[in-house]
This record gives sequence, structure tokens and C-alpha cells, in this order.
Amino acid sequence: MQVPILKQGAYLIATVQSALTDDDLKQLRDTLVVQVSKVRARGVIVDVTALDVIDSFATRTLRDVAHMIRLRGAETVIVGIQPEVAFSMVKLGLTLEGVSTSLDLEEGLAYLDRKGKGPEHEVRTHRR
Amino acid sequence: MRFALIADEVRVAIDCDAAIVTARQKGRELASQCGFPSTDLAVIATAISELARNIVRYAVRGEIIVRRVDDNGKRGVEVVASDDGPGIPDLEMAMQDGYSTSGGLGLGLPGTRRLMDEFEIVSDFGKGTTVTVRRWKR
Amino acid sequence: MATRSRPTAQIPARRNPRAAEDSAEATREGSEVLLPELVAHLRKSRAQLREEWARRITDAGLLTAMTPEEIFSEATSVYDNYVEALETGSVEMLENYARSLSERIIPRGVETDEVLGIVLLLRDVLARSLFEKYQSDFDLLNRVLDAYEPAANRIANTVGVSFVQERERIIREQQEAIRELSTPVLQVRERLLILPIIGVIDPQRARQLTEQLLRGIRTNRAKVVVLDITGVPYIDSPVANHLVQTVEAARLLGAIVIVTGLSPEIAQTLVNIGVDLGKMNTVGDLQGGIEEAERLLGYKVVLTQEQPTAQST
Repeated sequence: MQVPILKQGAYLIATVQSALTDDDLKQLRDTLVVQVSKVRARGVIVDVTALDVIDSFATRTLRDVAHMIRLRGAETVIVGIQPEVAFSMVKLGLTLEGVSTSLDLEEGLAYLDRKGKGPEHEVRTHRR
Repeated sequence: MRFALIADEVRVAIDCDAAIVTARQKGRELASQCGFPSTDLAVIATAISELARNIVRYAVRGEIIVRRVDDNGKRGVEVVASDDGPGIPDLEMAMQDGYSTSGGLGLGLPGTRRLMDEFEIVSDFGKGTTVTVRRWKR
Repeated sequence: MATRSRPTAQIPARRNPRAAEDSAEATREGSEVLLPELVAHLRKSRAQLREEWARRITDAGLLTAMTPEEIFSEATSVYDNYVEALETGSVEMLENYARSLSERIIPRGVETDEVLGIVLLLRDVLARSLFEKYQSDFDLLNRVLDAYEPAANRIANTVGVSFVQERERIIREQQEAIRELSTPVLQVRERLLILPIIGVIDPQRARQLTEQLLRGIRTNRAKVVVLDITGVPYIDSPVANHLVQTVEAARLLGAIVIVTGLSPEIAQTLVNIGVDLGKMNTVGDLQGGIEEAERLLGYKVVLTQEQPTAQST
């Protein structure tokens, strides 16, 4: 199952179309890592709107993707996690800690744009 | 991959990677017929995915059965994940968060237990493992 | 005159513990032969028995919420389903009918005792009819009743239980609707949602809260949600856990949750379950929370020089 990856400006956008097997996920991870270097992308968006389940393996793989891509100097954003899926993940104890998430493609792109402009444009969380 | 439909029951043989997806899709379908709302469907499908993955990773081969259950008017779904694998010698350890023999997030059993309403496990060294979980409609 | 066959080489059943086994055996055999016969009789006498039953219902002062036409119409359906259940031994169709009937009559104010009452009346009417038909042969009558009674009791039980279950289902639905009404999701600014919670949060309400919050984030494309629990006196550990999970789930949807109005008790509960309050976005009161949310979204509220005037020119 191939996941289509498009280049949009300095970003790569991978849109998951349907349920992915473990092998599919690994393939996606490896492809993205290679492509990021190849096209010198500054950011990667993985759109998981079509996933009806994100379990421990998928979470781990997405974390790996973000980590490996950061090592290549680019930022990853996971977008489109469905409400039910988000709830299941959290109940299972998976938090995608350290990985940026946005509501959808539009938000994801906006986030990458802001991040690209420098730290003063970031939305910071306030600590009491 | 083979599967059989027996009225209110679905069986999926777990013998490869792709079977994990099949198991959770079939399980989800059955749960949907029971009338579970979408949040519960995601939860059940995720639990099936975790259990099926355990079978593939640790036992190579096994089976997932998803069936409707009825307890005096209370309706729900039961998932039985069984395999003839090496078994889990120390169940208590396995049920703790963070335990793993092969690195990573471990068997995900504590997490799976959190997802479902009822959780039973029978396993012993060399005797295979059977995990039974249930989720009831509210 | 209907022909009836006797089971051959069997001593007729006597109520005698020693012959209990024989009795059970005879009963089973008898039922197989007799049941179809008495079903045929009940079908044949349908019009007459149904009318008698309807009359008894009215005499007993039951189903006053329904008109005579309605009673007659439902009586027909109940009668037919009843006899069918006797014949097939399966109560599934009856269950379905009982449920759909309950769905219709519960909103009309029909009570459990009425439903049980009419089913038992029907049982009596049919039993009397059997008495009348087989009265000349006491042994046969016994065997007919042996066949009839367990089936009839099972039917009464099924209808009663179905009615009660339907009632409970309706109550649950109403509770759900009330819960939804009591947890509004308010959009105050673009990308900003407020969820004011009042009252005790039980596990069901907690679940609903999560659903509404997450769905609200999606629908309104919210980036910040202010969850105000000023009106919540206390929460127990499971609900507190659930709250924390909700905040985490919201983050996966790209939104930040600010919890406002945390009472000292609830703060303690959260600490007890291991929540690092430093990591959680909390603000003392709702107003402060909204200001914080606006700040995060990049809004700046500025008081302009102009004051509102009483008249307009």
C-alpha cells in the first residue's frame, strides 16, 4: 500500500489513504526520511485523517519518523487524528510526546510556516 | 488469511502482518452491528489491533475471535485472542506499564486493559496465551 | 370433535415423586403431541377468545390510556404473537413485538402493572378455554396443562421483561439528552471554545464531556478550549484521570486546553493521581482563563478612548 507523498514548496505532505499494515508504516517512515534529504524539505506533514486506528506500533513509528526527520533538520507535524482515535490513543497511554500535532492540513501548514519564521512567532504554552 | 462468519461471531486467523488489519476491521464491523457509538468502535478496534499484534510478534500464529455477548439484557462485544506461543511466565510483570522483553512499549496489556471493561488472561510458560476482553454498551 | 392421540404404552402422568422421571418423560411426549393441537384450538377460537380478553381488560380497568379501537388492534397482534410463540417455542418474535409495543405505549403512560395484567388475563382466558374443551377427561386435561403452562409462563415473563427493558432504555436515552443539554460548548471567538461545567461529573458525564470537547474542536476548528470547572465541587480519581486524558487527546487534535476554576480539593485529587499541575494549563478563574486563551491566540483587548453614549445622532 503506497502512501502518496507530494511536495508543496519546502514541505512534503504524506496523505494516508486507508488502513496501513505494519510493513506499510515502516515503508512510509523510510521513504519520508530519504525524501526529506533528497528534496531538502524543511517540514513534513503526515495526514492521518483516514486512519481509524492508531495503535502502539503506529504511534511508535510516527514518533520515529518525527525523530529521524528532525535529525535531518526538518520539522514533522501529524495532522487529522480523529477524535475517537485520539481518545483511544490516550486511553492506551500513547501520547505522541514530543511530536507536533495539528487539526488538519491547513493548520499543519500554518504551523510549519510560523515555525519557519522564527521562535517569536510560535504559540507558547503558558505555565503558571 | 482465512476467516469465517458464524452468525454473531467473527474469527480471524492471525498468521501475518496484514491479518492484524483484517482482525480489527472485521471486529469493528461486528461491534458496529451491535450498535456501539463511534468512540467505542475506535476503542475496540484499537484493542483488537494490540492483541493481534502480540500474537504476530510473540507467538507467530494464533486466532482472534470477536463475538456478540449478552448478559441479562446488557449487550456487548467480546474479543478472545489466543495463541500457542511461548506464553508469559510472569503475568504480574507483564501487566505493569513499561514491561517488555523485546524493547519498545511491551505487550501493551495494561493499556489494552484500560481500553476495555473486562480483561482476563490465561497464560503460562510453554502453554500459550489466551486474552479475553469485553466491552459493554452503555 | 377433535381427535386426540394418546401416547401408547405409557402410564398417564401422576404427581408422584417416585414416578417423577416417568412423569417428565410423559410430559415431554405429551407436549409434542398436544401442543400443536391446543394451538389449533386457540387459533380456531381466536375471534371469540380475543373478544373475551378485550372485555376482561376493560372490566379490570386496564389500558385506560388507550381507546377501545387501539386496544382491539393491539389485542389482535398480541394474541397472534402469543399463539405463535406457543406453537414455535421461540419467543424471539414475541420479544420484538413486545419491545415495539412498549415503545408505542410507554409514552402514552401505560404502566408495568397494566402490561403484566393484560398478559396474565390472556393466559387465564386461554387456560379457561382449554379447561372447557378438555374437562371431560381429567388425565388429558392435566397433560394439556402440562404442555400449556410452562410455555404460557415463559411468554408472560418475556413480555414483562421486554417492557421493563424498553422502559429502562428510554430512561437512559432521556438521561443522555439531559446530559448533553447540561454540557454546552460555546464558541466565544474564532478558534476559542468555552465549556462551562456545573455539578457533579459522573463517569458517563465525563465520557460525554470528552466527546463534546473533541468534536467541538473539530467542528469549530478551535485551537484553545477553556474548560471551566468552577461549578464542580469535587471529582473522584477515575474522573480526574479521564479529565487528564481528555486534555491529552485535545492536544492530539492540535488544541490547548486551559482548565479554570480548579478548587483546592480537585487540585489535590489531581496531584494524588500523579498529575504534574505544572504541566497542565490551569488558571484560577474563568475570566483569567479567557484572557489567557486570547493571549495565546494573539488577541489583544484594548480599551478605546470613546465611551458609549446614551443617544445616537
